[in-house]
Amino acid sequence: MTAQKKNAFVNKKIFGRAVKDSFLKLSPRTQAKNPVMLLVYLSAILTTGLWMTSLFGIQDAPAGYTLAIAVILWFTTLFANFAEAIAEGRGKAQADALRASKKDVEAHKIPSTGQKDSVTNVPSASLKKGDLVIVKAGEQIPSDGEVIEGAASVDESAITGESAPVIRESGGDRSAVTGGTTVLSDWIIIRVVSEAGESFLDKMIAMVEGASRKKTPNEIALQIFLIALSIIFILVTVSLYPFSVFSAKQAGIDNPTSVTTLVALLVCLAPTTIGALLSAIGIAGMSRLNQANVLAMSGRAIEAAGDVDVLLLDKTGTITLGNRQADAFLPVGGVSEKDLADAAQLSSLSDETPEGRSIVILAKEKFGIRERRLSDAKMEFIPFTAKTRMSGVNFGGNEIRKGAADAVRDYVIQKGGTYPGECDALVRTIASQGGTPLVVAKNHQVLGVVHLKDIIKKGVKEKFSALRKMGIKTIMITGDNPMTAAAIAAEAGVDDFLAEATPEGKLQMIRDYQKKGHLVAMTGDGTNDAPALAQADVAVAMNSGTQAAKEAGNMVDLDSSPTKLIDIVRIGKQLLMTRGSLTTFSIANDVAKYFAIIPAMFVGLYPGLSSLNIMGLHSPMSAVLSAIIYNALIIIALIPLALKGVKYREYPAGKLLSRNLLVYGLGGLVTPFLCIKGIDLLLVWFGLV
Amino acid sequence: MKTIKAVLPKAIAIFLIFTFVCGIFYTALVTGIAQLIFPDQANGSIIEVDGKKYGCELLGQQYTDDAHLWGRIMNLDVSTYKDAEGKTLLYASPSNLSPASKEYEKLVAERVEKLRASNPAMEDSAVPVDLVTCSGSGLDPAISPAAARYQAPRIAEARGISEQEVLEIIDQCTTGRFLGLFGEETVHVLKVNLMLDGIL
Amino acid sequence: MSNVIQYILYLAILVVLAIPLGAYIKKVMEGEKTFLSPILTPCENAVYKIMRVKKDEEMGWKKYCASVLIFSGSGLVFLFLLQLLQGVLPGNPQGLSGVKWDLSFNTAASFITNTNWQAYSGESTLSYLSQALGLTVQNFVSAATGIAVLFALIRGFQKVKSKGLGSFWVDLTRITIHVLLPLNLVIAVALAGGGVIQNLSPGQTVPLLEPVAVNAEGEILDHAEIDLASQTVTVDGVKVEGAEIVTEQFVPMGPAASQVAIKQTGTNGGGYMGVNSAHPMENPNAFTNLLEMISLLLIPAALCFTFGSCIKNKKQGVAIFMAMFLCLAAALAIVAVNEQAATLQLAQEGSVNLSMIDQAGGNMEGKETRFGIASSATWAAFTTAASNGSVNSMHDSYTPLGGMIPMLLMQLGEVIFGGVGCGLYGMLAFAILTVFIAGLMVGRTPEFLGKKIEPYEMKWAVLVCLATPIAILLGSGIAAAVPEVADSLNNSGAHGFSELLYAYTSAGGNNGSAFAGFNANTVFLNLSLGIVMLFARFLPIAGTLAIAGSLVGKKKVAATSGTLSTTNAMFVFLLILIVLLVGALSFFPALALGPIAEFFSSIA
Repeated sequence: MTAQKKNAFVNKKIFGRAVKDSFLKLSPRTQAKNPVMLLVYLSAILTTGLWMTSLFGIQDAPAGYTLAIAVILWFTTLFANFAEAIAEGRGKAQADALRASKKDVEAHKIPSTGQKDSVTNVPSASLKKGDLVIVKAGEQIPSDGEVIEGAASVDESAITGESAPVIRESGGDRSAVTGGTTVLSDWIIIRVVSEAGESFLDKMIAMVEGASRKKTPNEIALQIFLIALSIIFILVTVSLYPFSVFSAKQAGIDNPTSVTTLVALLVCLAPTTIGALLSAIGIAGMSRLNQANVLAMSGRAIEAAGDVDVLLLDKTGTITLGNRQADAFLPVGGVSEKDLADAAQLSSLSDETPEGRSIVILAKEKFGIRERRLSDAKMEFIPFTAKTRMSGVNFGGNEIRKGAADAVRDYVIQKGGTYPGECDALVRTIASQGGTPLVVAKNHQVLGVVHLKDIIKKGVKEKFSALRKMGIKTIMITGDNPMTAAAIAAEAGVDDFLAEATPEGKLQMIRDYQKKGHLVAMTGDGTNDAPALAQADVAVAMNSGTQAAKEAGNMVDLDSSPTKLIDIVRIGKQLLMTRGSLTTFSIANDVAKYFAIIPAMFVGLYPGLSSLNIMGLHSPMSAVLSAIIYNALIIIALIPLALKGVKYREYPAGKLLSRNLLVYGLGGLVTPFLCIKGIDLLLVWFGLV
Repeated sequence: MKTIKAVLPKAIAIFLIFTFVCGIFYTALVTGIAQLIFPDQANGSIIEVDGKKYGCELLGQQYTDDAHLWGRIMNLDVSTYKDAEGKTLLYASPSNLSPASKEYEKLVAERVEKLRASNPAMEDSAVPVDLVTCSGSGLDPAISPAAARYQAPRIAEARGISEQEVLEIIDQCTTGRFLGLFGEETVHVLKVNLMLDGIL
Repeated sequence: MSNVIQYILYLAILVVLAIPLGAYIKKVMEGEKTFLSPILTPCENAVYKIMRVKKDEEMGWKKYCASVLIFSGSGLVFLFLLQLLQGVLPGNPQGLSGVKWDLSFNTAASFITNTNWQAYSGESTLSYLSQALGLTVQNFVSAATGIAVLFALIRGFQKVKSKGLGSFWVDLTRITIHVLLPLNLVIAVALAGGGVIQNLSPGQTVPLLEPVAVNAEGEILDHAEIDLASQTVTVDGVKVEGAEIVTEQFVPMGPAASQVAIKQTGTNGGGYMGVNSAHPMENPNAFTNLLEMISLLLIPAALCFTFGSCIKNKKQGVAIFMAMFLCLAAALAIVAVNEQAATLQLAQEGSVNLSMIDQAGGNMEGKETRFGIASSATWAAFTTAASNGSVNSMHDSYTPLGGMIPMLLMQLGEVIFGGVGCGLYGMLAFAILTVFIAGLMVGRTPEFLGKKIEPYEMKWAVLVCLATPIAILLGSGIAAAVPEVADSLNNSGAHGFSELLYAYTSAGGNNGSAFAGFNANTVFLNLSLGIVMLFARFLPIAGTLAIAGSLVGKKKVAATSGTLSTTNAMFVFLLILIVLLVGALSFFPALALGPIAEFFSSIA
């Protein structure tokens, strides 16, 4: 079993459990779930029966030969069970870990937010939807919920594996908490949103374990195809018996065909390779998704991810690095760059937005202007409001303001100053480059402009162009104005953008694309994303997002990473590709098996048919044995591929197809010829035939 | 059940309409046009000389007389058709034999032997395949020029005429390919024999 | 060389004629004006008026299917009774008696399924009335039914999120009146001009140049001396008592040309004569042969182009056509090479002249001199590619591999052009299987022409594709176990098995051609072959309509570069591969016991 040694990612424990499970799965009820393997199972029983009767002298074929076939068929069944068990193994291990974190805790139920102190302690399992509980530092959150009061840092490593704590607070888009996570500091009041057994953690355990795994539509369709093939092969082998009797009678000899050999032929022809690996492929796909820290609510969603051809990507975090950053100080009217930087820094000291921080950093980098202690001077900070659209500081009798160009212009003119044309020109240039101009003024004088720029992430352009080749359109979603958005879109190489995006705008865009026949994927976190998430074909909700968003989506990204969408598409495609490739391989294998078995069966009847024995197999018996041994071993050999998935490349469909066809189609045609010949040689070598 | 009740009357009515249109109207129309424009062809291309029938141009017959040109091997059928007085009528059917069997090999060997014996002038030259095989209809009225010429010396000797004369008659009864391209060159056996017999 | 030119021309003429006919059929079916509409549209409307058919009715798939089944069922009953009762009906100048019930059933099933398997011999079994009113009518309507079902499927691809597939009655009427009747009128008259009989007179007799002697047991007496004057027969100088001297030959008559035309264009294939178009009165010369042979593939080929323009994707039509055409050309090449090479048994170590000098040469057993190898091999490939089944040479007498190819073409499910309509919808079901596998390999759930292929479509598509293999394997498997079937064989050994396999293959492919040495007129064979034909015809029809019904309700998915192209060479190649693979995997063992075994024995 060299195959397992290669599988370093399968540890000993999982392996041991899988071996045990392979035998447990021999129960008829489990076997009945997979029709193709059921056929092998029944064939194994039949040949075993034939062997037993042969011991009593009712011989269908030599007893040793029948026994050998029966044993190999049992192994074939076990190998298929093993493939499924090992795929489930990883999920089971993960589920065990999750279960450990899901202990029953004491919940501090309160009647209302106003009565924080009238706590009743109840077991978490008894919580009902809508109950309010208070969770303090060091306590485990008893159930999924929505923070309605307070803010706290929460350790969510139990579900995300990420050790850094996250902030959960009431209102806004970071209000959802998950049962089983732990509050590290402060306290929160949460409203319970799920009852025991239906919590996120429960769902997660069920998903990773594969317990609630339903066959996806595509899996069912493929299974229909496989069953149809099996039925045909049953008819082929069953009709072959009378054909053989008929022909033998014509030739005036005894019927040369044994039931044992026909059963062997049937098992060889039936698409056992893909049949054995089909559920393993599905489970492994789900498992890969889990490893990417994405939790799919159904297997169907993963398949849909393979079909997605429009990705709605949030600009921030996916395309650009965080938020805009100060890139340059551009003074006007003879003001020195340093003075501008100094003023800009002053006005940004209290500005905790990433933009504000970046101005302070740039001033320090360029001119060594140190951060001043906020308490040092008597500084009066003017915070940004939507109305003024400016922020600033009153310091030492000076009023320093920075803000949107038109706001600052109004301010300066109102103060009796003039707004220089030079500044106007700068503002326009920056805006046309996709940057954001921040005009800085001191009292009535305009000092200059700070160029805030979006920094495009490294490699995104290449990524998008690869996606385009695969027929996937990328659409940038941004709150920026159209001009800025267009510039960034061009720089990042996305296909389209939605500027000044509103939830309604997103929803409309998704509908438009769907109307044109596209499948749309998006990520979202806020409550206002929920309609769009519900509309999208693949909707990934950030785990940090609101409960509403999580319910509307069909996947949850535990890392809350905006680039995850691309990984999800990859995993979806890989899953489908693996299924298609192994099906092709399995069917292509049949050709060689025919060339091994058919001449072996009928060479006694028509000696001329030995010309079909192109592999030059030793004897009819060794030919049949080699073919079914190959048939069993190939399952084991392909388990790693089924688990890892076929290699994924960002190629257009045509190229992907010819590649996979070459590898798995032609490979499937040639491999068995070589292997069967090899096995035949070994059998002869060991004197087994 | 409801659908069946709704559909059945319509189905039967439409079926009857088409039975009339395609069965009666169409057949009658084609027969009418054909009888009007191509009466000879449409009525079986019977060869008549001075009001006496001498066979059908389309149907082959069996010839064993050395003085006649022989046609394809015939698998005669004397059991299917009788005339009004109960006299047996000749017909023929294909052999439907596999050309790859031992039995067939023997059969052809006998035919070759017989042909070589009857055509001593051709010595050991290969016998044209048409003469040792049964046709598709069993009623093939023609053979290939090669098969006809193979027999010319025998016919000439049996009739005491020159081989050249026989070959000329064969040439006159040879039809080329359609448009010079399609089908094969054929020699009409009955016509050759009728010409040899001086009837045509 | 001239043979190669013939092969190429046959294929070229087919393509050249199919393209405009395809465009014409599209216009007719979409209710557009054509150059014949001034005459034919009033006739069409008259039919609707008499039948009270609503022209714009939209049937759901179940109603469409019920209409097809009930209509065909009516035909089955009518044809069955017509044959049973022909003895007491008019239009029977030969005075033939009623047909036996099992043969009647077989023939009725055979003609309503567009199979036209002939367990009977036309000229000796069926009256003119049965031929014209029964067979000719079914030749028309069974063909029209196939095309109608195809159009229901086309509408499934055309329409988005709707329910109706059109009206079966309208489809049936349009095809019959606008396409089949005018086309066949022209062809039938041309055939009559070429020498195919078309009359209503009883069979005739003509004198034999050389009388034939038959002994009392009905055996032909070779080397008999016949004295016509004294009516005595002597063999080797001994007088044969009770011998009969046969002096007349039977000349069949009847309305053949009209039926031959539609049996070719409608891919029916049921000949007027027992030996079909090998008979010189059904196919007298190279001209009629050309006409009949091209017309047998004309509509199936044209429908590929019709399909392309109907779904507004001409390339798709061409792609499907190319897949079929390449298979046909390859099959033709194999048959041609094998037949021209003949067998060792025929070659007699050089004693038989098989050359192409002044003769067709090659394996002439079962072939007509006027057709030679080229026109016979082409016909054999055409007729089994299309589920036509008419023959101009005897397939039973083909070389082992030359005879295997026609069998394989049928076993592929009659999708290499196939029957009118049914060939294409069968091929589209294969296309669905192909996109299913190929779609997965490019990481997409499968779609075809913008419609997602889901479990429901898959379920019916596999049934459509596998109905033929299932019917053939089941039928021939059972037959092989019935002891009396061996008595029907005309050849022994592997070829005998081939005859049996061919019979069920032909029935399962709704083809109708035969290894004609096989005597299929027994109760068991008549019934079992009839059932096989019905199964292989109506299961795919139901499946196709179910698929159409499901597709018509679906939205269309946009095509991107991530979508699997179904119009490029790769798809054509894959489609061929899937068709061949399913066929080969299903039938390799059976073929190994038949033609393949025979081939290896013959070269041993």
